[in-house]
Amino acid sequence: MFSSFMVNTWIAASMVAVIAGVVGFFVVLRGSAFAAHAIPHGSFGGAAGAVLLGVNTILGLGIFAVGGALGIGWLSRRGRHDVATALALVLMLGLGSLFLSFSVEYAGAVYSLLFGEVLGVPSDDLLPMAGLGIACILAIAVLYRPLLLTSITPEVAEARGVRPGRIETGFLLVVALASTMTVPVVGVLLMFSLMIGPAATARSFTSSPLPAIALSVAIALIIVWFGIAIAYVTNYPVGFFVGTLGALSYGSARVWAARRRSRRVGASPGDDGPRLQLTAPLLRAAPPGR
Amino acid sequence: MSQLLNALFATGFFASAPVRAAVVVGAVVAVVTGAVGVFTVIRSQAFAGHALGEVGSAGGSLAFLSGTNPLWGYMGVAVIAAGLMEVLGVHRPRARDVATGLVLGAGLGFAALFLYLDTTSTSTTGVTVTILFGSLFTISQPMLPTIVVLSAVALVVIASCYRMLLLSSLSPELAAVRGVPVRAVAIAYLVIMAVAVSLAAETIGTILATALLVGPPATALRLTKRPGGAMVLAGLIGVAAVWIGIVLAYDSFYWPPVDHGWPVSFFVVAMVFVFYLGSGAVASLVRARRDRRVGDPSAMGESGCEPHVDADAA
Amino acid sequence: MTEPRPAIGIDDAVLSLDGVSVWLAGREVLHDVRFRVMPGEFTGLIGPNGAGKTTIFRVILGLQPPGAGSVLVGGRPLDRHNPIIGYVPQKVFFDPDMPLRARDVVGLGLDGHRLGIPLRGGGRRQAVDRMLAAVDATHLADARVGNLSGGEQQRVLIAHALISSPRLLLLDEPLANLDIRAEGEVVALLARIAREQRIAVLISAHDVNPLLPVMDRLVYVAAGRTASGTTAEVIRAEVLSALYGQHVDVLRVHGRILVVSGAEGASGVTLEETPGGAAAPDVVALR
Repeated sequence: MFSSFMVNTWIAASMVAVIAGVVGFFVVLRGSAFAAHAIPHGSFGGAAGAVLLGVNTILGLGIFAVGGALGIGWLSRRGRHDVATALALVLMLGLGSLFLSFSVEYAGAVYSLLFGEVLGVPSDDLLPMAGLGIACILAIAVLYRPLLLTSITPEVAEARGVRPGRIETGFLLVVALASTMTVPVVGVLLMFSLMIGPAATARSFTSSPLPAIALSVAIALIIVWFGIAIAYVTNYPVGFFVGTLGALSYGSARVWAARRRSRRVGASPGDDGPRLQLTAPLLRAAPPGR
Repeated sequence: MSQLLNALFATGFFASAPVRAAVVVGAVVAVVTGAVGVFTVIRSQAFAGHALGEVGSAGGSLAFLSGTNPLWGYMGVAVIAAGLMEVLGVHRPRARDVATGLVLGAGLGFAALFLYLDTTSTSTTGVTVTILFGSLFTISQPMLPTIVVLSAVALVVIASCYRMLLLSSLSPELAAVRGVPVRAVAIAYLVIMAVAVSLAAETIGTILATALLVGPPATALRLTKRPGGAMVLAGLIGVAAVWIGIVLAYDSFYWPPVDHGWPVSFFVVAMVFVFYLGSGAVASLVRARRDRRVGDPSAMGESGCEPHVDADAA
Repeated sequence: MTEPRPAIGIDDAVLSLDGVSVWLAGREVLHDVRFRVMPGEFTGLIGPNGAGKTTIFRVILGLQPPGAGSVLVGGRPLDRHNPIIGYVPQKVFFDPDMPLRARDVVGLGLDGHRLGIPLRGGGRRQAVDRMLAAVDATHLADARVGNLSGGEQQRVLIAHALISSPRLLLLDEPLANLDIRAEGEVVALLARIAREQRIAVLISAHDVNPLLPVMDRLVYVAAGRTASGTTAEVIRAEVLSALYGQHVDVLRVHGRILVVSGAEGASGVTLEETPGGAAAPDVVALR
């Protein structure tokens, strides 16, 4: 599986994993899982359109992904965020079904677009992929602080002159950029799994943001390498392994964290302090003491 | 008059059996998803609804593989997924989204596997497209009664827990204080949503399932603050979108490229969108007129969350 | 509690609202609000829920343009970003799984609004440690912020607001979800900060009692109207009745204040407990 034939796949997959790990940290932090799913999924419509026009699929993916990100931002200003995301998604997919009906596309190509294909990375694609990837990382680095601030206290951010809406749209554009580069290996549907699983898992092991990002990248790399190796041997789709391994790793991390927490005896600060956020005003009359 | 009808409805529209089936099933599904979807929007669970539909497709492809009726595949897997989502992380919205995303990811992973096995074992291409996008015109006639019955059951359940569902959706703490079993209601709701969405996904495809679950209810909630009224309105809007979509799709056989026809999914989604944007325009017109009537309309509050639904007065 | 006020010009006020009115969705939610906060002063913004306290805060922060009137912050008109204001919002929800420590949150108060990644400069870490010490939260520095108790998170947010050296600290209902002991700790902390660092503190609450020992002045908000002054000047039946537009009684028992709607037809009454009288039951303030 390490033939020169497959080298491209390993390189491409590693790039995808790094991007997914970094961007995914913020996806999980901000609760943008739906958007992270919708943008790549909807961009499929753009690929169908690109095939219809005879243009490079990456172009179609990119245009629809960016359009999706902007569309979600625009619709969010007029309504609920998850409604906006759902509507943007179905519109993109509706257009996709239209384009698909006009083109004579092999069902197999559709399948690998959606679920990933181990063998399909031409060398020409590696450089643009790397370029997109670097652009993503740079964008995240630039937006790092406002992203964190708007994630925890959007009101304070607003008061300091940061516009949470703009930051959110900027972030969605980064997600769009990241999803554009995923097609060759992981497929549009499972890219988001790679963004969520590793990042969600990493949180169980560290409390600081930068180590969490590094761990998220590491887990994503492990999952992708594992997935490619098994997919190569069994011929099963890579997406299957990415999706299930992502869920498994999160599940095991949760179990491990729960067991570790129950083994700790006294309450030390930062561990098990009572959560008072949902306390009803009724509690005010109770005797003092925590 | 007949000229108008001929212009709108291409030849053979009313005579065609697939069209009649599509009209009936489409309407039934639109009513159910519209009613269920009102709560989906209120509870901000559009992601879960969409996820259940797509995870259902894993079940559908498994059913295809094993030769059983795809509807049970969709529904079974969707209900299991609903349970998993509930178990993994309910209480906090962000944890819920992560849980939904992971279940969806795993579900899609399995869908990938089953579709792969489908194409290799039965060597039928195009299964992927059918499962994901569906087609309103290829509904199997014998399934009609089953679909109607299941939809009715879902509606009856929603109607009977209406008050509990409403209260726990608007204010879980208040509901808990009043003795509503909030957790049980949440699980029950996810299951109902799973049933409704898988019904829709199996018949009209996952795209339309999501579109009808979210679009018409969101539209209705912009036009009325009463959830009961919104459920009815959402059903009506959904049916209108589906029927207009069917007509246009049928007519499009005569549009360029001739004899090909545009997919009905596209038209229905387009109609859903048109209605949603239209209601936004209507709502802001109404608001502007009201503000002009009542004194100085200084800048409104910050960017766009929709007003919270007021509980039904009756 | 009040000291004699020297004659100071309006420019010295950290915050000054004059004739501010706000309309939202066609309704006038604030009418002719006027008050001033001087440097180092501890001011309470008291009033029932829905009276307009949060709207006043949004006006001060520049998030809600007033339909009428003027707002001066540090002697200058409102701007989108006023660096002299530190803001602690009401309900901040920290996801327990979120990988951010208390020190990360405090650090974001310093430069979270700027682009880029925080550099490893030594000065930043020291500033964060100093702030955490100022709010007695040093032992929480490396704890996951989502796992802290309500009171501990409150302190982290205060440090987050303080680290940018504001001249005015704005806190929106900080006592709302705390038990009585945590409440007392936060009030004492804020009073100490106001006193030692000469930072004006404006804190909104629906119950005046926890703040009585430390408040210099208060602004009472009811039905979109305000009355400002010392506790003795403002918490009186006739003043509050005028604000509410209906009869209101003020009862003082054991140094605590109770505001209740008055009997039908009766004019408002201000009662004081007579010294040497029988022990009256401890009164817990009503919502």
